[in-house]
Amino acid sequence: MSVQTWTYIIVGFTFLIYIGIAIWSRAGSTKEFYVAGGGVSPLANGMATAADWMSAASFISMAGLISFMGYDGGVYLMGWTGGYVLLALLLAPYLRKFGKFTVPDFIGDRYYSQAARTVAIVAALIVSFTYVAGQMRGVGVVFSRFLEVDINTGVIIGMALVFIYAVLGGMKGITYTQVAQYCILIFAFMVPAIFISIQLTGNPIPQFGFGDTLVNSDVYLLDKLDQLSTELGFTAYTLGQKSTVDVFCITAALMLGTAGLPHVIVRFFTVPRVKDARTSAGYALAFIAILYTTAPSIAAFARVNLIETVSNKEYSSMPEWFSKWETTGLIAFNDKNNDGKIQYVKDASINELHIDRDIIVLANPEIAKLPNWVIALVAAGALAAALSTAAGLLLVISASVSHDLLKKQLMPNISEKGELIAARISAACAVVVAGYFGIHPPGFVAAVVALAFGLAAASFFPAIILGIFYKRMNKEGAISGMVIGLLSMILYIMVFKFNFLGETTSEDWFLGISPEGFGTIAMLINVVVAVVVANFTAEPPKEVTDMVEEIRYPKGASKEIIMH
Amino acid sequence: MNEHSTNEKKNPEKEALATSLSRKRYWQNNLKYLGVLLGIWFLCSFGAGILFKDTLNEIRVGGFKLGFWFAQQGAIYIFTFIIIAYIVLMNRLDKKYDVQDD
Repeated sequence: MSVQTWTYIIVGFTFLIYIGIAIWSRAGSTKEFYVAGGGVSPLANGMATAADWMSAASFISMAGLISFMGYDGGVYLMGWTGGYVLLALLLAPYLRKFGKFTVPDFIGDRYYSQAARTVAIVAALIVSFTYVAGQMRGVGVVFSRFLEVDINTGVIIGMALVFIYAVLGGMKGITYTQVAQYCILIFAFMVPAIFISIQLTGNPIPQFGFGDTLVNSDVYLLDKLDQLSTELGFTAYTLGQKSTVDVFCITAALMLGTAGLPHVIVRFFTVPRVKDARTSAGYALAFIAILYTTAPSIAAFARVNLIETVSNKEYSSMPEWFSKWETTGLIAFNDKNNDGKIQYVKDASINELHIDRDIIVLANPEIAKLPNWVIALVAAGALAAALSTAAGLLLVISASVSHDLLKKQLMPNISEKGELIAARISAACAVVVAGYFGIHPPGFVAAVVALAFGLAAASFFPAIILGIFYKRMNKEGAISGMVIGLLSMILYIMVFKFNFLGETTSEDWFLGISPEGFGTIAMLINVVVAVVVANFTAEPPKEVTDMVEEIRYPKGASKEIIMH
Repeated sequence: MNEHSTNEKKNPEKEALATSLSRKRYWQNNLKYLGVLLGIWFLCSFGAGILFKDTLNEIRVGGFKLGFWFAQQGAIYIFTFIIIAYIVLMNRLDKKYDVQDD
């Protein structure tokens, strides 16, 4: 059977599963809509968190990025997993004990202030919208490549699907759909990785194959890769070229951002007990680690395969996948010296091959000549990754509007039923806005997704940590910290990413820190400002310090679950 | 625990003081665990994977240079173990100080 037929079968089948689950787990109350009723098992919550977290970027782009970055790719690997340590140890148990629906809920109550709540809502919306726009575009790209429809049609199919389970099912529908999506995406990621690991190194476990010798030789894969890279003028694969301070700051910003992303934090409100919040953070990281330790292996395998297939080979002898991807424009060959061979080197004046980083995972099965059903499976996995993250983000947006803005600020007397309707309407509107950004992507989407982490790191993370561990922190401190942290991050992005004040180069960066890594500095600014301001203003009221004292002890969390 | 319950009947004030003292100890223990575990977290990611990677790269394990391995795989395994250790330690601590959630 052709790839096309297989794709229709496998993708169609997974969609049926998602819709079936959505109908089965419809939300009937706001509590079910926002936090799935607070009764999700830690194992299911761990899987849902993993799917929620692993987006189109993790599934499609990350291995490709690492493949071209070598050692420097470690910033994503450590950054996007190390944040879970912070989440599990510093945030999840306390937020669960606090027991409300959303992050702005915590900030608003802890800092006894509607202004703090509003700042948190604005930050949650900025972070979620920048992130979701990238996801919808990813959905469109995958559809267009594998179902051979127009990108816009792809985005609309994705919108319709997310609409069904986010609007109908709320958090409850999303949670169980995400469990299914996790299973599909991890299976789809592992199958080609295992095949390729066996082909290249004879070792069936990609994590170990990565450090193994190549089949029929006693040269280690990574040594071979270092040698191939340096021969072509690239930096050795295992060394990387970013400065140490930048690698340090980007890794830290991604960790702090991960721990501050509202759609991840909210998942820890959905389990019954404090103990379960800790356990589910553990499950989540273990499930994520399966993909994240496989990705660098895939990156190295694909890099070796790619260089050996194309470097100095006749253009006419290229395999079928090469020409297939050429038609999408993601691979481009320009025979500068007219010798009919492909020169793939670092030096831009001689280099004749352009390869888009995003094709590495998608083209991997074809490059390794795997059967057609594997290719279709990868398409289904990529869609699962993009859709699950989009749904989680849409829910944060809808809860921010219906719960934090309407119920907590504008219409405190709204009935439970009215709030549920408002939640559904805002989810529906958010789907439409996300779809619009998917169809008309603002040019900066790709650049901004990574920066969403910087924004999360600069705003939420310090406010929550200080709220739990520093009783003396008051509303004046928290608000000024969040505002100045957020503004300094936005300013840095504007100046150095979008050249707001004239052309800039990496030489102009503050201490050599890239905009991606600046979240770390903005986070520090936030903390310093918050602590200084707090110590010059009034102490927080006694009932607030009592509340902070109370959330430090797990006892009683399951009883006092969220009754509004 | 038994002596607490007998105290409760006789002297509620003393009992409240005992609870607050034991809670304080619980929290200090918790902070100690956090310090140690986050220390390990920092050492194996920012330390081994970034700051000292050039030195560690001199050491080879199979096909891996050690610094590179920490940055691309090792740190992630250790992160998972840190969370598991935290879960075990805290569950034990919750029980010891009778603050577990039932």
